[in-house]
Amino acid sequence: MGGCCETAGLGSVVLMSINEKPKLEATLITGRTIEQGVEKEYGKSSREYAESVAVCYIDAEDMKKLGVKEKTNVQVSTRFGSVVVKVLKSPRTPHPGIIFIPYGPWANSIIDPETHGVGMPSFKGVPATVEPAADKPVLSLTELLNAQFGKV
Amino acid sequence: MELLIKNGFVYDPINGVNGEKIDIAVKNGKIVEKVNECKAKKINASGMVVMPGGVDIHSHIAGGKVNSGRLLRPEDHYRDFEKKTRITRSGVGRSVPSTFTTGYRYARMGYTMVMDPAMPPLEAKHTHEELSDTPLIDKASYPLLGDWWFVLEYLKDGKIEECARHVAWMITATKGYAIKLVNPGGLEAWGFGNNVSSLDDQIPHFGVTPREIIRGLCKVNQLLGLPHTIHVHTNNLGVPGNYATALETMRCVEDLAAGGKPVIHITHCQFSAFKGDDWRTFESGAEEIANYVNACSHVTLDMGQVIFTDTTTMTADGPFQYSLHTLSGNKWVNHDVETETSTGIVPFHYKRKNYVHATQWSIGLELALLIRDPWKILMTTDHPNGGPFIAYPKIVAWLMSRKAREATLKRINPKARSRSLLQSIDRELDFSEIAIMTRAGQAKALGLNCKGHLGVGADADIAIYNFNPETTDPSRKYKAVRRVFKKAAYTIKNGQIVAKDGEVLRHVNGATFWLNVQTREPAVLTAEMQRRFKEYWTVEYENYPVSENYLAVSHPITVKADV
Amino acid sequence: MSVVTAVTCPVCGCLCDDIELTIHDNKVVKVKNGCAMCEAKFMGYSSEHRLLKPMIRKNGELVKVSITEAVKKAANILAEANYPVLYGWSNTSCEAISVGIELAEEVGGVIDNTSVVCHGPSLLSIQEVGIPSCTLGQVRHRADLIIYWGSNPWSSHPRHIERYTAFSHGRFKKSAWKNYVTKIKALVGRKKVQSAIKRLFVKEKIPSAVALSNFRHTPYLQTGKNSRKLIVVDVRRTKSAEIADYFVQIEPNKDYELLQALRALVRDQELEVDNVAGVPVEYLEEIVDAMVSCDFGALFFGLGLTMSGGKMRNIDAALSLVRDLNMRTKFVIMPMRGHFNVAGANTVFTWQTGYPYAVDFSLGYPRYNPGETSVVDILLRKESDAALIVASDPISNFPRKAAEHLTENPLIAIDPHMNVTAQVADVVIPSAFAGIEAAGTAYRMDHVPIPLKKVVEPPKGVLPDETILQRILAEVKKLKQANVREEA
Repeated sequence: MGGCCETAGLGSVVLMSINEKPKLEATLITGRTIEQGVEKEYGKSSREYAESVAVCYIDAEDMKKLGVKEKTNVQVSTRFGSVVVKVLKSPRTPHPGIIFIPYGPWANSIIDPETHGVGMPSFKGVPATVEPAADKPVLSLTELLNAQFGKV
Repeated sequence: MELLIKNGFVYDPINGVNGEKIDIAVKNGKIVEKVNECKAKKINASGMVVMPGGVDIHSHIAGGKVNSGRLLRPEDHYRDFEKKTRITRSGVGRSVPSTFTTGYRYARMGYTMVMDPAMPPLEAKHTHEELSDTPLIDKASYPLLGDWWFVLEYLKDGKIEECARHVAWMITATKGYAIKLVNPGGLEAWGFGNNVSSLDDQIPHFGVTPREIIRGLCKVNQLLGLPHTIHVHTNNLGVPGNYATALETMRCVEDLAAGGKPVIHITHCQFSAFKGDDWRTFESGAEEIANYVNACSHVTLDMGQVIFTDTTTMTADGPFQYSLHTLSGNKWVNHDVETETSTGIVPFHYKRKNYVHATQWSIGLELALLIRDPWKILMTTDHPNGGPFIAYPKIVAWLMSRKAREATLKRINPKARSRSLLQSIDRELDFSEIAIMTRAGQAKALGLNCKGHLGVGADADIAIYNFNPETTDPSRKYKAVRRVFKKAAYTIKNGQIVAKDGEVLRHVNGATFWLNVQTREPAVLTAEMQRRFKEYWTVEYENYPVSENYLAVSHPITVKADV
Repeated sequence: MSVVTAVTCPVCGCLCDDIELTIHDNKVVKVKNGCAMCEAKFMGYSSEHRLLKPMIRKNGELVKVSITEAVKKAANILAEANYPVLYGWSNTSCEAISVGIELAEEVGGVIDNTSVVCHGPSLLSIQEVGIPSCTLGQVRHRADLIIYWGSNPWSSHPRHIERYTAFSHGRFKKSAWKNYVTKIKALVGRKKVQSAIKRLFVKEKIPSAVALSNFRHTPYLQTGKNSRKLIVVDVRRTKSAEIADYFVQIEPNKDYELLQALRALVRDQELEVDNVAGVPVEYLEEIVDAMVSCDFGALFFGLGLTMSGGKMRNIDAALSLVRDLNMRTKFVIMPMRGHFNVAGANTVFTWQTGYPYAVDFSLGYPRYNPGETSVVDILLRKESDAALIVASDPISNFPRKAAEHLTENPLIAIDPHMNVTAQVADVVIPSAFAGIEAAGTAYRMDHVPIPLKKVVEPPKGVLPDETILQRILAEVKKLKQANVREEA
């Protein structure tokens, strides 16, 4: 199977070929959650903060298609980078094809930096691919910063 | 520090000085009888005009509305900016200048005190923060009280004294200076998108009329004995035929006047002097207004002169601004303030060739020239509504020179020109009358005893203009008049030279004047008042008042009232 | 033990000022009236991640130094830079912001605030179209129709609905809370009906109609004269959507189409399509009916609108929609500002420079051209050669590419917390929490100024942002004077 590349919209597309892991083509939204809002007040070096933002909310149907369970790791990739985060089931469904990562360094490593002349990058509505990544770890904040900037 | 200004032609109308050569002595920021000639710094003002520092009774220079105007108009700033110098801060100018620039530009013209005329009480802190960032000039602000629910409710119940106590509390809490009414009743109606159209319309939900509000607050003003009168932006402002509303507004408090003292100030009267049934039949109502004002003594007015330029209109009159938006199609900001007032902003370009705009230009000057007593008609543009304050020198020239008026008349819309009363007016004001309209009269109308004159004890706020009335005729040399009023030779604030020949010499703070109104029985915070406060506003009672630390230099004036 | 009342919460743009704190031994021990974020802020502000000592990076390591040394180092970096950026400002007081602007002017740098990455596009649109708006109390007293578009107040501004909109109690309009309770009770039954409809339609293969069943509002709502209606427009079914009377689930990046469709409908124009942005036109007509027939409508929009495709064009359309609606009824619109004083940053920037953010002083006067003078663009072009970050965490908030250049600049961080930016900075200066350990002023999302209280003492030696900035400014002025003397 292949050739289908619908990236936005209510429909989601799972691409699969023989001997390959399933892949989900989705639209990435980043934003606030109350947990992120609470944890950032306690301090961003905390483990709780990382746990509140190094996650990706995915629609239940999409999780099934991808064959992933809650709290397992997935790799989310865009044109601008790739990051490993934990899956959480989106609490209010259905919205197939839309994935959500709370604001934070994990989300920011894969969003579109282009400001289109208005000064603001595209934090919402970035085409993304999700694939299971049971074998890859979610980086801690320090590891992430080291990997990105080599300066902590 | 001592200062001696020598040999100038002094115009000090309050003290009856009319162009005589008198030396002015200054010590510790005040005018004094004399100073030690050897020690004092001397300014040679020979061949120059010396006047008290300019006072502006109505100019939107600070607060939420002004700042929204700045935000709305980056295109207004791009072409006019001021660079940082060793002394001054940078900023932007044109119709809504940034705060530092506002202070510098007023000071350069010889102005030393400016009143911001429209402060939403809930946002009073914002007004004061900006006023504190406006250097070189003294300033004050008028809280908007004409549509405040407390006022409407007390007036409906006829509780004038109770109303007065709460107004006193509000003026003190907001560090305000006078009672401001804007389209009374119309702003409350605007809360649901409506308006009022006569003095006797019922205000929805409140059961009072604009007439009752105007009369009520006029009585409150008298009970409290405030230095200024009520300051009124009339109903129907900007609507053809509204000269009748303006006359009705002045008439409705006629009986409250006593002892020949003014009880009402009609602000930017030009915008309320329209005759005609619609924009096609639109014409000047200045003659009718002037005839009335000439025959009575309970009113003062300011002009609200229109300048042919691109500017930014901003008033608390939400419905008027909306109609201006629909009329012009220009971008529009509206900002209603809970329980109190509203705001509207629309950029506007007054064009010479437009019949209505040209007639408006004429109306302002007609009012100034047809009203015989200059103490009754003060010079303003309602900055920036009629045009930015930097255009004041142009108005001075028009008032002093028929030739200047004719030069402009020649270039305006022909229909407006042929109908303009200016063709038939020969009157040319002299420096003394200009001094009244731009400082003495303004200070007197405001009840500011230490401003607007050069008598012993007055604040040493002085403007010196390089114009020799003995050798030069302002009527013929009107361009020279414009030039000298644009850049004062000296501007002296509190005895310090702050600007010279258009250059700012120091960055110092001016004071913010406010009234500490003490009533015999103060408005106490009863449980009932606390309940109402919680219901009416979305901020807590104790976070509402403006504390004195919001004022860079606080200048309280205590007013004791017998209520 | 003491109780402080009427404390302003320094978390989000709601700036609730009715917080009651119990203080014991210079610590907040109890928070009354606040939301979860407010409680977290007041109880957790002094956590183990608190910065207590100034630090300077020496040989790659951050080492503790005196405040004087840190201030001197910071001043040196700024005075020597050719094109420094001064960024942050939304989580501190207006008084501190004011000093920051003077500092930026003094060093000829660029000063930008966090609105550049949140409601910057909204400000640009306001500059093009204007904005019909009001204070929040006006909504509380008068609004009978409330719309949240691309905003999830339940999570981002938890008390917004209760204090100012649908569940608040006003003079002319009453709280919709009772309706909500009725609705919740009926919800169980509703869900059963829904799933039945869904099964039916799936058989007939009309997927869009399935969506329609999600849009249908509950028919048993009371629509009394004083009641309020709530509409939520979002790509996701958020918590806020669950309490709404109408939920419009829109396809991502299609806000512009939907807004223009609504504008057409408000102008009584026919739409020749069946659905727009995944929403059936029939349903949109219902929404428009509610809009034009209300007494007072209020549209609140969030980052869902500013950050998705179209950016400022979305806001243009939203502002224009509301402006058009004023021909039919009273309607207002307001951006849901995030940080507690981001509105204040815009406000102070504007009164001092004429522009709300992205102000460039490199030519000695304020210049403004977002896209050019905005911080993310400057970083992407790798133009800055030093940076001062105040009360913000751009390394964690900016796209990786932009953050990368920031780490290559000599970087000064002033913050109460050891945040991500502080971790990679060259100079770190701990600061007092504005609104907890330092007083000042902040502006609510509707531009109402509200005082911030100092309720506890900061840790020993920790200064407010305002003081730190004043000291850096004084040091910069000293350095510049010395330079002038040398040149002479």
